[in-house]
Amino acid sequence: MTDAFIYDAVRTPRGKGKSDGSLHEVTPVQLATQVLEAVRDRNNLDTAAVDDVAFGCVSPVGEQGAVITRTAILNAGYAETTAGIQVNRFCASGLEAINIAAAKVKAGEADLTIGGGVEHMSRVPMGSDGGAWPVDPSVAFKTYFVPQGISADLIATKYGFSRDDVDAYAVESHKRAAKSWSEGRFKKSIVPVKDVIGEEILDHDETIRPNTDMQALGALPPSFVMLGESIGFDAVAIQKYGDVEKINHVHHAGNSSGIVDGAAAVLIGNEEIGKKLGLKPRARIRGFASIGSEPTIMLTGPEFAAQKALKRAGMTKKDIDLWELNEAFASVVLRFMQALDIDHKDMNVNGGAIAMGHPLGATGAMILGTVVDELERSGKSTALVTLCIGAGMGTATIIERV
Amino acid sequence: MTYTAMKVEIDGDGIALVTIDLPGQSMNVWNEALMTDFAAFVQDFVKNDKIKGVVITSGKASGFLAGADLRMLSRGGPGGAAKLSRKEQFESVFNLNKMLRTLETSGQPAKALLKGEAFAKPVAAVVNGLALGGGLELVLACHYRVVADDPKIQLGVPEVQVGLLPGGGGTQRLPRLAGLQNAAIMATQGQPIDPNTAKGYGIIQEIAPRDQIVAKAKEWVKANPKAVQPWDKKGFKYPGGAGAMDPRSVQFHMGSNAMAQRETNHNYPAVQYILSCLYEGSIVPFDTAIRIESKYFFKLLTSAQSRNMIRTLFINKQAAEKGEQRPKDVEKTKLRKVGVLGAGMMGAGIAYVTAKGGAEVVLLDRELSYAEKGKAYSQGIVEKGVSRGKVTKEKGEELLARIKPTTDYNDLKDVDLIIEAVFEDPDIKADVIKKTEAVIGKDVIFASNTSTLPITGLAKHSERPEQFIGIHFFSPVDKMPLVEIIPGARSGDRALAAALDYVGMIRKTPIVVKDTRGFYTNRVVPPYINEAMLMVAEGVKPALIENAAKVLGMPVGPLALCDETSLELGLRIMTATKKELGKDYKPSGVEGLLETMVTKLGRKGRKSGGGFYEYPSDGGKKYLWPGLSEYFPLAKDQPSLEEAKERLLYAQLIPAAQCYAEGIVSDPQSADLGAIFGWGFAPWTGGPMSHIDTIGLDTFVRKAESLAQKYGPRFNPPQKFRDMAAKNETLYKTAA
Repeated sequence: MTDAFIYDAVRTPRGKGKSDGSLHEVTPVQLATQVLEAVRDRNNLDTAAVDDVAFGCVSPVGEQGAVITRTAILNAGYAETTAGIQVNRFCASGLEAINIAAAKVKAGEADLTIGGGVEHMSRVPMGSDGGAWPVDPSVAFKTYFVPQGISADLIATKYGFSRDDVDAYAVESHKRAAKSWSEGRFKKSIVPVKDVIGEEILDHDETIRPNTDMQALGALPPSFVMLGESIGFDAVAIQKYGDVEKINHVHHAGNSSGIVDGAAAVLIGNEEIGKKLGLKPRARIRGFASIGSEPTIMLTGPEFAAQKALKRAGMTKKDIDLWELNEAFASVVLRFMQALDIDHKDMNVNGGAIAMGHPLGATGAMILGTVVDELERSGKSTALVTLCIGAGMGTATIIERV
Repeated sequence: MTYTAMKVEIDGDGIALVTIDLPGQSMNVWNEALMTDFAAFVQDFVKNDKIKGVVITSGKASGFLAGADLRMLSRGGPGGAAKLSRKEQFESVFNLNKMLRTLETSGQPAKALLKGEAFAKPVAAVVNGLALGGGLELVLACHYRVVADDPKIQLGVPEVQVGLLPGGGGTQRLPRLAGLQNAAIMATQGQPIDPNTAKGYGIIQEIAPRDQIVAKAKEWVKANPKAVQPWDKKGFKYPGGAGAMDPRSVQFHMGSNAMAQRETNHNYPAVQYILSCLYEGSIVPFDTAIRIESKYFFKLLTSAQSRNMIRTLFINKQAAEKGEQRPKDVEKTKLRKVGVLGAGMMGAGIAYVTAKGGAEVVLLDRELSYAEKGKAYSQGIVEKGVSRGKVTKEKGEELLARIKPTTDYNDLKDVDLIIEAVFEDPDIKADVIKKTEAVIGKDVIFASNTSTLPITGLAKHSERPEQFIGIHFFSPVDKMPLVEIIPGARSGDRALAAALDYVGMIRKTPIVVKDTRGFYTNRVVPPYINEAMLMVAEGVKPALIENAAKVLGMPVGPLALCDETSLELGLRIMTATKKELGKDYKPSGVEGLLETMVTKLGRKGRKSGGGFYEYPSDGGKKYLWPGLSEYFPLAKDQPSLEEAKERLLYAQLIPAAQCYAEGIVSDPQSADLGAIFGWGFAPWTGGPMSHIDTIGLDTFVRKAESLAQKYGPRFNPPQKFRDMAAKNETLYKTAA
């Protein structure tokens, strides 16, 4: 099968996902447009060579609806011949979009593709697209639906992570993110966002708190007590996890991923097109996988996705130098490290979504770009990128620096 | 047209007054006769131009209409007995909805109503008394709803209590009038509301003095010749929002899904289906919505669960309370005055329920202070009731005035019945029997409350063993609904009749059981609790044990129950049994655990500060004692929740089956009633015997045998059940 190479990776900085966030005035299409423009301009790309663009977007309604990818392609002034698709695999949409883009290259359907994602959470709030799962009784009952925060707290309870454990992880995330910014580790990929008059309005991730500490986080009240205890979601989770007496609610705004706005794009192609266009391959996509697992605990899928991706790539976990797992909730990462016996020094080395935020549809593409940069910076060879996903799914991608 | 279940009078204004009045019945219900009559009337009403409008009321002083005939429902609904295809069966179930829809639209198409091209003839309901289930649903299908100004009138949809849902449009009209939340509370909990609340919800439009309700309804009909329900008008919106996208309803559905799962543990599909009707019905037009409702109703109606629940929780419960097992030719016992001997916890409770039942009580104890303390118990309950508005001050005082504390046996000389509840000691009982029989009338029945002592043995102390009988109350007496009645070897029919008459008076549910150690309920509960303790000893996670029981539908976990009854008592009974049986004692396997908990660790139970659980002194929620795993280390391989559930279920099914096989309970009805009302056996099953029938005797026997292989011979099914399974028999012979 044809090899798929990563030729470039860009992302916007992540703006606070509220009406006072720096990116709030910019439309989602603009965010998607600006990363596509950056890919074109940084690589002097003849966009007629781009066969297809896949963008993740988790709330594809309103101004993110109607295949925002195609709208952004046209808005960015790409060739009319470039197709676009919008992908939704919840939190892994951005990575899944890259996997689809890579699969098209590997399968020989396309020579040059772009994978990425966009989510403007301050303008199209999470949940805007509705959905049957939590609401329609016939499916909510059958699957023991609980919100993700309950699942994250269930993971902490079941696998023995205390409030201190998850808070300590969060403090470290902020520290790493701050250090990475101060050392300029993200510089290569960051595309500052411009407003309608062409002025830069954001050039850095907006939610990092370099000075946060255990005391500051310790003061935050747990977020899911009401949902769990008063509404009854704890009982629902325990009906499936009968060995849990009581769910320990440890997660709060400070040790969960932040709500932010952002977009990212990754340029993918086969070897020939790179040569033809004079592009330098940065990494090879070794393999990828998506899985489904038990939906109530919901967020332990990365373990299985990683194992499947490794197996299909003929690799073992020893072959991986760097691990990147989206920090949806601290317990998700702690459980992943526990399950696969991974050292924290090899995991999310530049911090993650707890510090920098999780623009749902874009995050997968953002952290893939981050790890490409990190492989080059550290001289390491391989990395596995994965995300936990709503309803118990998991997606993983393995890359190798070239 | 002639009707049998109702009367139709058309007045000079062309208004038809329909008076529903089922012949020979105290209360109106939807039965086959009324369905036939009403359908015929609706057809006539739609076509007959002489009828300008309708007013519907009831001819019964007892109320408007109490819902569907439960016996008809337990046969699978109207036409349930006939051999119909699934589709035909559904259409027969859908008939009620169709009929009510025709009533409210005059048969006009919804589109024509919506565009204002057509109107319905006005229909008003005159609610003179309770309207429940299909009764309220008929009311809701009327355009105008007038209720008599009596706060005691109950309006509700209680179908969920028998595993069903309101299948006559209730899940559609209620939320369209009262909003999703109010409708959900009414339909998933089944509790009725009073007219004022109903008016506040928007369910009814008018409350009027009883003698004016018909006139008010006629007045409205006359003034509104063109009627249309709100949901048939353009621009209709649910109060409070609805649908899959409105943030308010999305939040409501998410929350109600979670709450309902918490409350039902997935054991009551009716609750989910009600919520599904509310959700799905809010997205589609009314005509589609009622079809969806009927489909979910059909699913429930044709399920074993609703049949089992109707049979045990209503039909058989009522039959038992009405004296099904009472000897027929014995005259009703006069129960003007009852002597209660012993004013301890049981005696005090018995005195209260007896006085509440309307009889005078002579409450006798050794010391007056004891007897007075026993009466104080009633006072406490009454005061609480008064403060909560459950009972009036006068009624409460009257109740208390009926209880006379005493130490004087002579006060018993004119009682009509004795309930003896002194300490569980044969010698003390013997003494009390002697002293009492010396003063009471020669023909007065003597009932002895005991949970452990054989009645035939106690009766030996009586001069009149044929007038002596056992009666087993559960603690706390004022709360527990079941009473076991235990005829001894020589108890006569009069004794049994009196005991049942008494239980009828105090409005509890009786079952008649054989005089053996533990009777029925105490033959089943100890092995069940033992099984849970064995699991602890084996290293099963205690939380898993407790959660398995709760998910199964038990009111509390077995370890919590054990804490309540106290481990110390468990150890004491075990030691006594061991002593009594000597070599014949069969170890239960929990001797070591009880010794460790009680003797070594001093964890004797809730009242002694802690047992399997810790009970925070600040009144915080109890939690499993974390030290438990030190003494009973957790096993590496834990059973699944399903395995734990099954083990705890069969730990009750097997001893219950044994009791039936041995004739301790003479019929499946009693075994089921005793289980649900005695120890809270999962009510969704309709009882252990109903459950065995539902899964099939064959499955039961096979499952029991495989559990016996795994856990020990105590799980072996009784031979009688094996034989019945081999013959393809069922425990219940008919549906009800």
